[in-house]
Amino acid sequence: MALHEQTLTELKAGLDRGDFTAVDITQALLDRIAAHGKDLNAFITVMGETALANAGQADKARAADQGGVLNGLPIVHKDIFCLRDVLTTCGSRMLKDFVSPYDATVVERLAGAGAVVLGKTNMDEFAMGSSNETSFFGPVKNPWGLEYSPGGSSGGSAASVAARLSPAATGTDTGGSIRQPAALTNTVGFKPTYGRVSRYGMVAFASSLDQAGVITRSAEDAALLLGVMAGFDERDSTSIDHPVPDYVAGLGESLDGLRVGVVRQHFDAGLDEATGKAVRDALAVLEARGATLTEVDLPNLDYCVPTYYVVAPAECSSNMSRFDGVRFGHRAEDPKDLLDLYCRSRGEGFGAEVKRRIMTGTYVLSAGYYDAYYLQAQKVRQLISEDFKKAFEKVDVIAGPTTPTPAFKLGAKTDDPITMYLNDIYTIGANLAGLPAMSTPCGMVNDFPVGLHLVGPHWAEASLLRTAHQYQTQTDWHTRCPEAYR
Amino acid sequence: MSADWEVVIGLEIHTQLATQSKIFSGASTAYGAEPNTQACLVDLAYPGVLPVLNKEVIRMAAMFGIAVNATISPRSIFARKNYFYPDLPKGYQISQYELPIVEHGELFIKDAGGNDKRIGITRAHLEEDAGKSIHEGLDRSSGIDLNRAGTPLLEIVSEPDLRSAREAIAYMRKIHTIVRYLGISDGNMQEGSFRCDANVSVRPVGQKELGTRSELKNLNSFRFIEKAINFEIERQIDIIEDGGKVAQETRLYDSDKDETRPMRSKEEANDYRYFPDPDLLPVEISAAFVDAVRKTLPELPDAKQQRFEAEHGLKADDAGILTASRALADYFESAASASDAQAQTVANWVIGDLSGALNKDGLDIEASRISAADLAGLVNRINDNTISGKIAKEVFEAMWAGGGTADAVIESRGLKQITDEAAIEAVVDKVIAANPQQVADYKGGKDKLIGFFVGQVMKETQGKANPGQVNKMLKGKLSS
Repeated sequence: MALHEQTLTELKAGLDRGDFTAVDITQALLDRIAAHGKDLNAFITVMGETALANAGQADKARAADQGGVLNGLPIVHKDIFCLRDVLTTCGSRMLKDFVSPYDATVVERLAGAGAVVLGKTNMDEFAMGSSNETSFFGPVKNPWGLEYSPGGSSGGSAASVAARLSPAATGTDTGGSIRQPAALTNTVGFKPTYGRVSRYGMVAFASSLDQAGVITRSAEDAALLLGVMAGFDERDSTSIDHPVPDYVAGLGESLDGLRVGVVRQHFDAGLDEATGKAVRDALAVLEARGATLTEVDLPNLDYCVPTYYVVAPAECSSNMSRFDGVRFGHRAEDPKDLLDLYCRSRGEGFGAEVKRRIMTGTYVLSAGYYDAYYLQAQKVRQLISEDFKKAFEKVDVIAGPTTPTPAFKLGAKTDDPITMYLNDIYTIGANLAGLPAMSTPCGMVNDFPVGLHLVGPHWAEASLLRTAHQYQTQTDWHTRCPEAYR
Repeated sequence: MSADWEVVIGLEIHTQLATQSKIFSGASTAYGAEPNTQACLVDLAYPGVLPVLNKEVIRMAAMFGIAVNATISPRSIFARKNYFYPDLPKGYQISQYELPIVEHGELFIKDAGGNDKRIGITRAHLEEDAGKSIHEGLDRSSGIDLNRAGTPLLEIVSEPDLRSAREAIAYMRKIHTIVRYLGISDGNMQEGSFRCDANVSVRPVGQKELGTRSELKNLNSFRFIEKAINFEIERQIDIIEDGGKVAQETRLYDSDKDETRPMRSKEEANDYRYFPDPDLLPVEISAAFVDAVRKTLPELPDAKQQRFEAEHGLKADDAGILTASRALADYFESAASASDAQAQTVANWVIGDLSGALNKDGLDIEASRISAADLAGLVNRINDNTISGKIAKEVFEAMWAGGGTADAVIESRGLKQITDEAAIEAVVDKVIAANPQQVADYKGGKDKLIGFFVGQVMKETQGKANPGQVNKMLKGKLSS
């Protein structure tokens, strides 16, 4: 099997056997990135030289019987993670020349385990978007059809894994930004419990919702990476000191007795029929593996999107304030005074979607509107959390569609932000409630992939990964690759 | 001020907490470093960085709360105060808004009649300081120094219970004394560690509702606060008496012109869009923690003053002066315990000559050139009649100038008082013999001449004779 065809777990085994070296892997994937990266527009920065140097180091370490659990294994980072001495653009003109002076905790931990970073992936500007079209660097293309969107905001990460340019990528998920692109590109997308993975060094969009995760080709690979990334970080006050289990070790356990919840509201009118069928077929597979299916209610599901679009912009409007043209980032030429410096630096540096959210957020926090919008949204957020809590009294995992439809064409929804926002209707709840959730490939509709969405109670990462892994032992959807990238 | 008007003042005091590192980062808080050398990535608000609370500030705020008999909130919340300014790197200040850490406190000051007056403390909340904008010496541009950005502040807000500039100063001094007693702030006003905003309004005596207030910003010396408030009171009364209305506005005090003037209105038309900071968890404080902090509280100024009066028999005023600073009180107590003399005598020396010398050299008590033990040694030599009070002044000067202990100075300069009866008698006899006219006059009824004779004897002995002894002996000889 060619190197690019192998999963992280397979590459790890090959390295252990000495079938090939980390430099071999790195070179092979850099060649693939050179061949396909431009068409897909998946990368903002390719780190060829440092990647090869680090791979060389990894090979030396392995020769000396040293190196961490990911020693020599390739990965790409969403360009929202700070990486020392490397461009960290967040897909924005504001940071197009910003070189980070430090490493994010996620970056540091993966590097510490020996992972080799190939490059940094394209994304919606500051992670605000569901189609990767808000990037200053242009949209990422979906490997399943270049005129289609790969989803967003972690579109570059998803596309690069789907097209076999890298076996794994980091991503961030504020309302579905890992899971939705994973679903639309036939990859596995995992978002952990809020507080499971440190946010330090991950440029903030909406602090109470943002969580780092991974995009891979298998649940097994996600488990391998999560074990390295997860854990308390004293530099992030919202990271939680909770034991990190061996996620890989738990994958083999059977699904006997697993109670899977099916949300009544998930199969309402908004869901594409063929997508719904693929998801139902997947549920049947889980049942056949020993799980029991139970219907559950999420009565406030319809309020997820409006609640999210109050809370997220509110936090965003404040988080974006540091980009003022004073210390780093884009600065307008020849400002005539301070106000001009602010207005033009921000006016020129931010794109339309970021501006829309800053304005929405500023509005909902303003005197006279705070109670009606922000406070009200926080109350509804509480209700949504309680809905999940009630549901998880009856079931261990909730399963359903990740997105209402398969991939849509680039430009199809750009003029209609509301329709675009509704793309995240099934994923947003997990962010509002801080729950772990993932998407795994579960079918094809008109040659475009469909994702199965799994949500668990807090800290149920292991049971989600096990469910997905057991599903993957019975199906081959997750192994499918677009013809052009085999 | 006209007697028809009542003044209403509330103070917001910003006191810098004496932590080693900043409230949300590990950068140093030391004052006076080169610009931007004490600002880390968190202070600079780089993309992706996060605040982590310095737990020391919680302990310090709790100490303050306990000291002013306040409620320590079991749960308090940090909020973001959003506004743009170049010395505010994040574009928001992390502060406390709806749930502050300290609420419902009080302290007592003396009113004009010398009676205790209660001043309510609405709240005290934690927040970070901003950096500094520097405009001087730069051509058509401004500099930003972020060393101060993220320095922890405790903002102490009083009820509008103060009725004059004098009361405002008394309250502020009391807070100043308390925070320094607690060791939670150095209270250095020149460096901006202790500054205040004053809300001032006036209303006709007897009127219930408050008048329109103005907020005086950034007052950083007791003298300026008094002047600014008094100026503002006069200004407001003049406006109202002329039929005008006081505008609610923020005003700056100009110490050069001794006047207040409005800040540009643009700077106060802010909607700060406060909301809970999602990067920080609520601060949970247990009763056990508060109890543990309570046990570490030092004796506070009021209690110490009362004890000085009761235990050392000091006059109330003197006890007040000595307890105004913990270091001064400690100095006094340590000198008093090392001295055989009455504590009041020691107090007189500390308040008198010692404080005078410190003032003259611009020194704090901690830097006194005479230790408490050495001052006690000096007082002891007066007490045991080794030297007179007058000679003691000379000894003190010499000690201050580095001459060593009182004993060393007395020894080296031969200042030991003459108490030997025979030696004094010889001089007394000599003086009597040399002044027959004065002797005759004294005997003729001019009692006041006794001073002349004492003076002559002291002159002969270079001040070393014991004045009491001389007096007694002269009276005896001249009346025989």
